Amino acid sequence: MFDYEMLRIIWWGLLGVLLIGFALTDGFDLGVAALLPFVARSDVERRQVINSIGPTWEGNQVWFILGGGAIFAAWPFVYAVSFSGFYLAMFLVLSALILRPVGFKYRSKRPDPQWRTRWDWALFVGGFVPALVFGVAVGNVLQGAPFRIDSDLRSFYEGGFFGLFTPFTLLCGLLSVAMLVLHGSAWLAIKVAHGPVHDRARRFGTIAALLSILLFAAGFLFIAYGDLGYRSVGPVDPIGPSNPLRTSSVAAAGAWLDNYRAYPWMMAAPLLGFAGAALALVGIRQGREALAFTGSSCAAVGIIASVGCSMFPYILPSSIDAHSSLTVWNASSTHKTLGIMLVCTLVFLPIVLAYTAWAYKVMFGRVTTDDVRTNPDFY
Amino acid sequence: MDPMVADLSRLQFALTALYHFLFVPLTLGLSFMLVIMESVYVMTNRPVWRTATRFWGKIFGINFVLGVATGLTMEFQFGTNWSYFSHYVGDIFGAPLAIEGLMAFFLEATMVGIMFFGWDRLSKLGHLFVTFLVALGTNLSALWILIANGWMQNPVGATFNPDTMRMEVSDFGAVLFNPIAQAKFVHTVSAGYVIAAVLVLGVSAYWLLKGRFVPIARRSMTVAAAFGLAASLSVVVLGDESGYALTDNQKMKLAAIEAAWHTEESPAGLTIFGMPDTVARTTRYEVQVPWLLGLIATRSLDGTVAGMSELVLKAQERIISGVRAYDAVERLKVDPQDRAARAQFEAHKRDLGYALLLKRQIADPRAATPQQVTAAAWDTVPDVPLMFWSFRIMAAIGFAMIALFATAFVLCSLRLHLQSRWFLRLAVAAIPLPWFAAELGWIVAELGRQPWAIEGVLPTFLASSSLSRGALWTTLAGFTLLYGALAVIEVRLILAAIRHGPSDAEHDQPTPGSLPATPMTA
Repeated sequence: MFDYEMLRIIWWGLLGVLLIGFALTDGFDLGVAALLPFVARSDVERRQVINSIGPTWEGNQVWFILGGGAIFAAWPFVYAVSFSGFYLAMFLVLSALILRPVGFKYRSKRPDPQWRTRWDWALFVGGFVPALVFGVAVGNVLQGAPFRIDSDLRSFYEGGFFGLFTPFTLLCGLLSVAMLVLHGSAWLAIKVAHGPVHDRARRFGTIAALLSILLFAAGFLFIAYGDLGYRSVGPVDPIGPSNPLRTSSVAAAGAWLDNYRAYPWMMAAPLLGFAGAALALVGIRQGREALAFTGSSCAAVGIIASVGCSMFPYILPSSIDAHSSLTVWNASSTHKTLGIMLVCTLVFLPIVLAYTAWAYKVMFGRVTTDDVRTNPDFY
Repeated sequence: MDPMVADLSRLQFALTALYHFLFVPLTLGLSFMLVIMESVYVMTNRPVWRTATRFWGKIFGINFVLGVATGLTMEFQFGTNWSYFSHYVGDIFGAPLAIEGLMAFFLEATMVGIMFFGWDRLSKLGHLFVTFLVALGTNLSALWILIANGWMQNPVGATFNPDTMRMEVSDFGAVLFNPIAQAKFVHTVSAGYVIAAVLVLGVSAYWLLKGRFVPIARRSMTVAAAFGLAASLSVVVLGDESGYALTDNQKMKLAAIEAAWHTEESPAGLTIFGMPDTVARTTRYEVQVPWLLGLIATRSLDGTVAGMSELVLKAQERIISGVRAYDAVERLKVDPQDRAARAQFEAHKRDLGYALLLKRQIADPRAATPQQVTAAAWDTVPDVPLMFWSFRIMAAIGFAMIALFATAFVLCSLRLHLQSRWFLRLAVAAIPLPWFAAELGWIVAELGRQPWAIEGVLPTFLASSSLSRGALWTTLAGFTLLYGALAVIEVRLILAAIRHGPSDAEHDQPTPGSLPATPMTA
């Protein structure tokens, strides 16, 4: 059907689609959870916020799980190196995400205010920590991670947990939080009935939109003038066996801007990021909620796509070894597996999107404080 | 490679997987029991069935979230703790995990929200269909996970590629239709149905003993009795089916389960009881039923069941052949165009994994002494007493479940279940048993696979990530604390829900004004 090179590019694109799918859907769940203690004060308000995502967040989370599975299937090297390298960070994310399903379900099981307050903070952790760590992780990917691969293609990570946090990676972490909080407040503005929660969500949304623009711009300054970027050395074989040892790279400051020079159309990604955040700001200020949500979605698409466009063909560069960096050409599954997985995706993803849309349609409408008080099915 | 890191990673995987499987089987079974109860409601239109469905749905929900939460760990643990495994077999093993998300878990997770929130937003039939989709998604999810696990037990359809130093898929159909995976799927979901049926039976019995919620309890018990009888028969009969499949692929596991140290003359007897002695490599105080094992395992009177000593000799031959493959791979690393090495690799590649067993004792398997080869060959024998006893206790519980549900079925049919208090007490006491059996089943399956992470392909001690002990201890402690706390909370909530019982007027929301309208403090 497709040759190996084409399939590798397609799966690089699908990796982006999965990350974007996750950010667009579960992203607002994370943002809403991070906002929970601040936009909602009384128990009824808190329940209004929780039930605005209650029926659908579970399906959204599958983007994260599918992301894990798809990286495993299509980019096994990336799965193996990144998750073992970022071991404790991954543990932090998993623990925080484990609190989420439990928090949503168990909070409403007992009327005790102390019990509920504890779960509210658990939900906050379940939203804020993953949002931050995902951003920090992307920052580390852009920066290059300290790992090397031996002749058996076993990877060894030579950094520690605290080494993950540098000014640049923290900037990326904060950008990720701002972007998802913006998306979360845009969702609350759509989904929660007008009232105090709605007003506070708009206020936080305004701040988050401004921060997203500033931090995204700062990120680009780092990429342009900071010590970031890698280039390949010697011949590149786009249909060669997936073996990083047979390729070589060199650190080159500013190289993450190469693609924009070679393919100016890629500039669309960062432009979409800025335009989306600006649009969201306008929508939130003017009370045009659909516009705000479209804007925050575009911001997420643009920001994530910018990372991909800057780095292509790199997926996870090594900062310490010239022959260990993982790229689109040396870290994928076989031609056969990529082909089979593409067919599965083309068959099932449209079905998933269709019933997800149906589920949102069934749950359409704003959550009011009355709903929360009277509906026995609500959390 | 620090061997302690591999051991700690095994411990963490075992704990998190066994913990995950406390919740999964109940989800598998209870989802279908919800479909049954809701179907009766839709057909008869009697509110009591709606109340029953909603009550068991509540228990389902409390359990479901922990299954999901702990499943997150499982999806990523291959990468975090078993990164060499992930690289080595990701080309094959990743696919079923990805398809599970795409085809099954998305369906299950999207529909579960609508199932809980959609009672007033959908037609009766529409809601029933959503409940059915939850059950379907859940069970399909198990199918794909067991295809992945079945491949670890019987790695068909893949070969090693020295250019990429990993296993690569050659026949995806063989991976899908792996007979071990099929047998495991049926056996595992049936076990889930038994667990759900036992819970519903036991809780209903508890209410009947207390004389509470009798209309719901009576009906729930009838559903549980019928569903549980079918499931318990299936789990035992089709458990035998997976034993049968073992003879082709995992003879060693079967030999260890039976503590069969030597090949017996056919048809072999089935050992009911004995004391396996791993030092003398014999089983003392053996009580055997003649012919039975040969009949079960080979479906014939003349097929032999291989004993461990004979299988070890075979492993020894494969290690020697594997060292030739290993040598060829090392030469190909230096010069990928080396034709002689390529030919040597092709001739011995199916034994490459066996050479890797030597790496526990020596860095370069080519330098191994004959004593080291013999020791590595004996490493292919799993922990015999553990296998022997785990299997027997599991099987005994399986038969006890058949007896329990058969009794329940008879009593319900004769409408005697309300007055047979001895039986009601028994049903309450039986609740934990099938969970215990299911966990033992995984111990037999996965410890029986040792020393392999992938049978015959990759030894477990080579499969782990290059992590530090400190990192492992941190996450082990973290998971233990987190999981421990969640387990306590979950059990308390389920017990409270059972005591509170089914009622459509929810009493568990606070009255307005009972909570302060002030921001909370950290």
